[in-house]
Amino acid sequence: MRTGTELRIEAGPEMKTALDVQKIRQDFPILRELVHGTPLVYLDNAATTQKPQAVINALVRYYTNANANVHRGVHTLSERASALYEGARETAQRFLNAASSAEIVFTRGTTESINLVAQTYGRANVGPGDEILITALEHHSDIVPWQMLAEEKGARLRVAPVDDRGEVILEEFERLIGPRTRITALAHVSNALGTVNPVRRMAGMAHRAGSVVLVDGAQAAPHVKVNVQELGCDFYALSGHKLYGPTGIGVLYGRLGLLEKMPPYQGGGDMIRVVTFEKTVYNDPPHKFEAGTPHIEGAVGLAAAMDYVSGIGLERIAAHEQELLEYGTRALEAIPGLRIIGTAPQKAAVLSFVLEGAHPHDIATILDRHGIAIRAGHHCAQPVMERFGVPATSRASLAFYNTKEEIDALVKGIHAVQEVFH
Amino acid sequence: MSSDLKDLYQQVIVDHSKRPRNYRVIEQANRRVDGYNPLCGDKVTIFVRLEDGVVKDISFQGAGCAISTASASLLTEALKGKTLEDAERLFESFHDLVTGLQPAHEEPKLGKLEAFSGVCDYPTRVKCATLAWHTLRAALKGEGESVSSE
Repeated sequence: MRTGTELRIEAGPEMKTALDVQKIRQDFPILRELVHGTPLVYLDNAATTQKPQAVINALVRYYTNANANVHRGVHTLSERASALYEGARETAQRFLNAASSAEIVFTRGTTESINLVAQTYGRANVGPGDEILITALEHHSDIVPWQMLAEEKGARLRVAPVDDRGEVILEEFERLIGPRTRITALAHVSNALGTVNPVRRMAGMAHRAGSVVLVDGAQAAPHVKVNVQELGCDFYALSGHKLYGPTGIGVLYGRLGLLEKMPPYQGGGDMIRVVTFEKTVYNDPPHKFEAGTPHIEGAVGLAAAMDYVSGIGLERIAAHEQELLEYGTRALEAIPGLRIIGTAPQKAAVLSFVLEGAHPHDIATILDRHGIAIRAGHHCAQPVMERFGVPATSRASLAFYNTKEEIDALVKGIHAVQEVFH
Repeated sequence: MSSDLKDLYQQVIVDHSKRPRNYRVIEQANRRVDGYNPLCGDKVTIFVRLEDGVVKDISFQGAGCAISTASASLLTEALKGKTLEDAERLFESFHDLVTGLQPAHEEPKLGKLEAFSGVCDYPTRVKCATLAWHTLRAALKGEGESVSSE
C-alpha cells in the first residue's frame, strides 16, 4: 500500500515474490462454484470473505478430535480444547502485535467488541456533558453503540466531517477534540468508501486531550498489517469472518491497564473467580469479559485464518490488492456515466460507484445473473451515503484471491447493465 | 441480455422506470402516505384524491430502483378511476403475481401489470415491486403517514 506510517510496506523477504493468485484460488473451494452457469466472480469481500480449506479443515479437526468445554474439565479432550482456544488467543496476540494475550478478548465480532467497550468502559467513564467523537465515515456499528451510551448518560456525540474525496478533515477532527472528549472512535478503513484513516496521527491528537481511542478494524485487518502498539490505540475491534475466518467470532484488543479497571460486560460462568449469593469476585482479563462457554471452534477457525493470512504475508496481500485497485479504478473510470464514490489517496481495495440511469439494486441483480457478486445499498453507513448525496451505491470490494480477469468481467457486466437501461 | 433478465426487465418496466407516469404532487390529495424500504433505502410517496369511494386522481414521487419506480408508475395508471374494492382486488392479484401464485381475481384484469411476472424468480426483488402497493393500501385505508415494506 502506498501509505503513511500505519501501512508502511516493509520490504521483507516475502516481498521478493509476487502472489501466485491461481495457486491461492485453489485454497478456496467456493471459488470453483458456478453461479447461473458462469464461474463465480466474488467481489463482496467487505461484506464477508470466503474461507480457505485450512480454516474449514481446522473446524473439522476441532470437532473430530478435540471438542469439549474449556477451562473446566480435567479430562484430555477439555485440555485439548482449552489449549486450542488459548492458543488461538496467542495467535491473535501475535497477529495484532499486542503486548500480552490477556489483552485479547474474544467476542462475536466487531459489533460486539464496540458494544462491549461502550457498555463497560463507556458507562463507567462517560457522564453528563461529556463527549464522544466519531468520524462521518463510520459504519452503523461504530455509531449506534455510542448514540445509545450518549443518550443514557446525557453525553454528546460529535462527528468529524469528511471531504469530497472521503477523507476525514483532520483540522476539523482535531478541533472537535476537547477537554470533555472521553472516547474517540474511528474506522481504520471505511467499509463504504475504502478510505484509510491516518490512525496513529488521529490517536495522538485524541490522547493529547486525554481521550481513549477505539479503532474499528473490521475492514483493515484483512488488508493491512495491524500493529496495535504502533498505532497507539487503546481498543481495536475486528471480525473473524471478514478475515477469511468463521462468522460469529471476533476480537477486542484492549490495553491491559484499561481492561483491568473496566467493569465486566456480561455475567455468567468463566468470568468469575468466586461466587456466593452475597458477592462475586470477577476473573482477570480477558476472561472477565467472556461470560459463558465461548465460541471455541470460532476462535480455532479464526486462528487458522490468521495463520493462513500471515503465511501469505499481509504486505504481499496489500501489494496485490493495491494493484487490483489501481487496475479496477482505471477500468471503471473509463465507463461513461460511472462515478466512483470515495477517491481518497489512501484507500483499501473498495470500488464504490454510481452509474447514471441505473439503480444499484438493478445493477446488482443484473451482475448476479453474470455470476458477479457485489453489494448494493447503503452498506450500513447511511450517513456516508447522505454526505455524498446518493441513496445507495454499488460496491465491489476486492480480496487477494481476486484477479484482473474478474475486474474485466465486472466491466463487461456493467456494460450489460447499460444495455438494459440504454 | 439473457432470457431470464429479459423476463425481469421487460420493455414496459424499463420504459416506466425511465419515464415514470403521474410523477407529481396532487395538491388536492386527501390521502398521502410515505413508503420506505429500509433494506435498500427506496422511498415512495403516494398521493390520492378519493371521492365517493373512487380513485379520482393518483400520483407518486420517490426514489428507487427500476422495479420499484416502474411498479409505482404502473400502479398509478392502473388505479385511476378504480373503486376501493377494485383497488383491493388489484393489490391481491398483483401480490400473487410477484410471489408466483395464480392471481386471486379475474377482474379487474392486471393488464400491463403482467410485466412484473418475472419478479417471482427474484425473491430479493419482490419487496421492490410491492413497496408502492403496500403504500397505496395504507393510503386507501387511511392509515398513518408512513409504511414500510419490511
